[in-house]
Amino acid sequence: MNILVCISYVPDTAAKIGVSDDGQKLLLDGVKYILNPYDEFAVEEALRLREKHGGKVVALTIGSESAKEILRTALAMGTDSAAHVASTTLDSYGVAVNIAAYARAMNADLVLLGRQSIDHDSFQMASTVGALLDVPSISIVSKLEIEGTLVRAERDIEGGKEILEAELPLVISVQKGINTPRYPKLPDIMKAKSKPIETVQAQEVTPCTVFRSYQVPQQKRANIILSDSDADIAEFVRLLHEQAKVI
Amino acid sequence: MASIAVYIEQRAGTIKRASLEALTAARAHTTDVVALVVGQSDTDVLARYGATKVVQLVHPLLTEYSSQAVARAIAQHVTAAGYSTVFIGATSQGKELAPRFAAILNAAYLPDCIELLPRPDGRFNVVRPLYAGKVRATVEPLTERIVIALRPNMFTARPVDAPTQLTVTTFEPTLSESDRRVVVKSIERNEGKLDVLEADIIVSGGRGMKGPEHFALVEELASVLGAAVGASRAVVDAGWRPHGEQVGQTGKTVSPNLYIACGISGAVQHLAGMSSSKVIAAINKDKDAPIFKVADYGIVGDVFDVLPKLTKYIKVLKQSAAS
Ligand SMILES: Cc1cc2nc3c(=O)[nH]c(=O)nc-3n(C[C@H](O)[C@H](O)[C@H](O)COP(=O)(O)OP(=O)(O)OC[C@H]3O[C@@H](n4cnc5c(N)ncnc54)[C@H](O)[C@@H]3O)c2cc1C
Ligand SMILES: Nc1ncnc2c1ncn2[C@@H]1O[C@H](COP(=O)(O)O)[C@@H](O)[C@H]1O
Repeated sequence: MNILVCISYVPDTAAKIGVSDDGQKLLLDGVKYILNPYDEFAVEEALRLREKHGGKVVALTIGSESAKEILRTALAMGTDSAAHVASTTLDSYGVAVNIAAYARAMNADLVLLGRQSIDHDSFQMASTVGALLDVPSISIVSKLEIEGTLVRAERDIEGGKEILEAELPLVISVQKGINTPRYPKLPDIMKAKSKPIETVQAQEVTPCTVFRSYQVPQQKRANIILSDSDADIAEFVRLLHEQAKVI
Repeated sequence: MASIAVYIEQRAGTIKRASLEALTAARAHTTDVVALVVGQSDTDVLARYGATKVVQLVHPLLTEYSSQAVARAIAQHVTAAGYSTVFIGATSQGKELAPRFAAILNAAYLPDCIELLPRPDGRFNVVRPLYAGKVRATVEPLTERIVIALRPNMFTARPVDAPTQLTVTTFEPTLSESDRRVVVKSIERNEGKLDVLEADIIVSGGRGMKGPEHFALVEELASVLGAAVGASRAVVDAGWRPHGEQVGQTGKTVSPNLYIACGISGAVQHLAGMSSSKVIAAINKDKDAPIFKVADYGIVGDVFDVLPKLTKYIKVLKQSAAS
């Protein structure tokens, strides 16, 4: 099985992200970048599928030169190879076009992604790539079984669980819970440092969207903090009922 | 004014509230709101929430839900009818479906919209959160056609004063077996349990609850409020609560009318999932817990002491309201 696993390079969840005074720029200086947490599950799932069905796993990222760092992590975890598309100007659609082009070129049976990239949380890539490749996609999968070309997947939906069936080729995005990603061992990390990373020319795509401005949300909260006295607990209930009108 | 098409999601014959929210939002900007449904639907409800036309997508291959086939059907109809704007609720189904038909339509996809900014040309820019809600961006589409996914519970579903007499038409897309290579085989319902994604009120518990056995206190409060039970990642990872209840960056993003955090510190990854709640309340014994910074109402106290009293007082309130 030929598996393409797409990984993104994102600011650490705890990073402070500011906005310039004129609202035109994000302030990302000094922010630590990491491998998108969901994409670790995607890499792990790809490796497990290869262990079971044979084939090869390629990790792909589209981003800055420093994004190569996460390709090293993927290589250390055990992907056969890694590819880098150097571009920082593509929007989500443009990223999808580049992923689809690579998937087509390597004749991928399965494209694995994370359910969301924690920078923009768009939840869209699996569907967009699926549409561009004209193959089915299943998002936010928490359990995956493949038998021949038949695929069975499970996912959580509002109020329950859905069981889906599909056939390869397929695009899938995965969710926490599907597996426990392995930690690369030190020798693997060392070996990964010397493995080549394929450089792919970015396909420039006219963007569909543009970020016009940014704001730091200023949500006004009542911020009424009370004690645990009986009178205060009663007041808390009254406020929820009469002031906030939510109970 | 240009028409807006709204995709209507139904499960077991019931129209999702997120779809009614999208109808109301569309009606605020145009008098021509086209509800797109797969098969039949309760047209009275659609009219009441602002639809002026209903288009039923009908095809034998659409009887079993397949996002691939539905996306194709929507794209064909949108092209044929020439709508420039499509709204959809950003539910699990919506978030999967919308980018797919947007890509087929070469339309800009605007996910997770929390505010619509109408433009003089009859189109929209949108506001959406980025980086787990730390920043908000104003996004401008650059294409002729746009697809906007509205975050559930950010727009209020409101019946219109005078529902329009609806025109109902059908559209038969051209589909083949190859358009449904993925199908939903079955759905297992969590019987009797309200999901955090669908609840108006959520009562969440964190590590401060000290152990799975004490979640009875959270459940009792949830029960008197008709609320869903949520959880922090710490307690889900500890195996105290099921996965589906986790709120936060790696869990679910919720925006209920009321979110009550019990024994939850308010880590940034937890806030990512609930900070767009309309009202936030918190109970924590540490007055410096970060959750109080985002709370509307807080009680500094021990959950074991406060929760039973709170449940009792709310019961009294509900009883007096009912009598
Ligand atoms: C990549 C990543 C993703 C993450 N995703 C999520 C996510 O989706 N959701 C999430 O929730 N977390 C997430 N986290 C974890 C997050 O950082 C916190 O560790 C977690 O939210 C803490 O859970 P907690 O508030 O229940 O526990 P704690 O932080 O331990 O807080 C317990 C709180 O209970 C209070 N308390 C203790 N005893 C009592 C008592 N008797 N009465 C009243 N109050 C009491 C304490 O004062 C404290 O404030 C993520 C972390 C990372 C790194
Ligand atoms: N720049 C990128 N390069 C490679 N993969 C990406 C990139 N951006 C997003 N992805 C993949 O798409 C998934 C979903 O991202 P998104 O739809 O942007 O939230 C991520 O978890 C990654 O697997």
